[in-house]
Amino acid sequence: MSAWYVLRRLLQVIPAVAAILVVTFLAIHLAPGDPIAALAGEGGDVGYYQFMREKFGLDRPLLQQFLTYVANVAQGDLGNSYVQGRPVMDAIAQRLPATLLLMGAAVSVASIGGVVLGALAARRPSGPFDVGVSTTALVGYAVPVFWLAQLATLFIAFGTGWFPIQGMTDLRANYSGISHVLDVAHHLVLPAFVLAVSEVALVSRLTRTGVVQEMSSAYVTTARANGLSPSRVLFRHALPNAMLPVVTVMGTRLGYLVSGAILVETVFAWPGLGRLLLTATQTNDHPVLLGLVLLVAFSVVAANLVTDLVTAAIDPRIRYD
Amino acid sequence: MTDTALVLTEVRPRVRRRRWLRRFLGTGSGVLGLVLTLTVLVLGVFAESIAPHDPFRAVGGPFQPPSGQHSMGTDDLGRDLFSAVVAGARTSMTVVVAVSAISAAIGLVVGAVAGYRGGLVDDGLMRVTEMFQSVPRFFLALLVVALFGSGLSNLILLLGVTSWPLLARVVRTETLSLREREFVGAARALGASNARIVIGHILPHVVPAALVIIALMGSRVILLEASLSFLGLGDPNAMSWGLLANNAQSFMRVAWWMAVFPGLAILVAVLGLNLLSDAINNALNPHVRRRRGDRPQPV
Repeated sequence: MSAWYVLRRLLQVIPAVAAILVVTFLAIHLAPGDPIAALAGEGGDVGYYQFMREKFGLDRPLLQQFLTYVANVAQGDLGNSYVQGRPVMDAIAQRLPATLLLMGAAVSVASIGGVVLGALAARRPSGPFDVGVSTTALVGYAVPVFWLAQLATLFIAFGTGWFPIQGMTDLRANYSGISHVLDVAHHLVLPAFVLAVSEVALVSRLTRTGVVQEMSSAYVTTARANGLSPSRVLFRHALPNAMLPVVTVMGTRLGYLVSGAILVETVFAWPGLGRLLLTATQTNDHPVLLGLVLLVAFSVVAANLVTDLVTAAIDPRIRYD
Repeated sequence: MTDTALVLTEVRPRVRRRRWLRRFLGTGSGVLGLVLTLTVLVLGVFAESIAPHDPFRAVGGPFQPPSGQHSMGTDDLGRDLFSAVVAGARTSMTVVVAVSAISAAIGLVVGAVAGYRGGLVDDGLMRVTEMFQSVPRFFLALLVVALFGSGLSNLILLLGVTSWPLLARVVRTETLSLREREFVGAARALGASNARIVIGHILPHVVPAALVIIALMGSRVILLEASLSFLGLGDPNAMSWGLLANNAQSFMRVAWWMAVFPGLAILVAVLGLNLLSDAINNALNPHVRRRRGDRPQPV
């Protein structure tokens, strides 16, 4: 990975960040009605509107307003949510851990499950296991995640009673310590698996294609000729080389993963960003909405950057062109 | 001499087309994709004649399970769920067709101009494309719906102007390779204008590859629209699958059918377009298809 590549890639972040800032700023100002209504939502009192007006310099020229907006965003300060009566970023920071937990669990399930399924499917292409995995992946990739969550509620949570239906903790029991962790884990199982399904589908397909391709290359033939066992050839030689596209693609999935998490949270009443977002849209709490949109947009840009750098570091063949 | 030339021009495209069609229909999944997509399309186009009832009017008791009278049951207000699902197909197809038209227009123009012109124009257009690609559509849509209202036309416009980047990139790559081909050189030698070369000679060859992307884009748009309506951000005046799923959320314990059927409709529509896209892609690149079934060489 050359310094030149890193520099070129870092410079690409600038237009992306600029686009996010310009688009959100324009959305606020092009929205019908007074920009203060777009920025602060409805239902605030005079003092609150005055506070937000000053915070974003709404009585100054447009260019100056934009600079104020950029400065506010750079400081992570989007003013207060009137509905919640506290700074926007506090409201988001409170909900963020639950969503990160859900997403982290789903990504773990997806990377382990997807890679194992894909590698096993690649052992015998077009065999019954491969066809089974491919077909399931096709459906798993097309299924709307909120529907899957509803089905899991109907047929697994209601049907078997093995898992809690909603929430993150059992409100009746007041667990602490290790039993609290277990309680959260118990509540986490269904949402995490539901969120993981489309990612498992994607990872297994990518892994399978990669492994099948690697298996026909010369070094695999050499490894076999040296008398290595089939499973060692598969897991120690072909699989690691097939992981590059998986890393690349997973890194670009953050946006999908967050929107998926929000939908899953809605069905399972998981107390994360999804619930915050839903309340914000229902109460016209625009500052919170804007904060969430900016947070996700910037995270996506950062994730793409990290993915590209990591990919370039793993694979020296990648060069910027 | 003239006779052979005539025969050649007449017969060859047809033979080629037939081979293409055979490759497309040869895979069972291509046929399934076509059938699923056409089913949803027909439901959407003929929604009024197919739906037995007005989807907004109570026609029976509330929470009636699926039966001969109401094949998908009734909802909390005694409205026929099958009629609502059919009306949802209309909404979904309207959004898909309109969004595809807008983004296909933008994607084709941007991709063709970037690929044909090259140089600075290409660089500039590709940077803009990357910018559009880096903004998460779902969250932008959330913001726009919250600020501008949840009308269907707002959603169509937003998804239309944000869904084209992938198409533009594919069209650009195709154009890049096509513009060096002999027939383009021949057209240029005959004095055809740039616009004529692009529209008359290059774009027709780009269409199949563009269709792969447009079908894929359509399936993403269905999921996006459904997800937004599921969160209660869809057009409240249009019946949609996401809205039905949202409504089902409150009655999970009493009426499983309210959750099962709208989601199933989304799955059918999305799966159909995905399969269709795969099948066109396989028909275009037969070598990819052949390689797929390849076993590793026995040692």
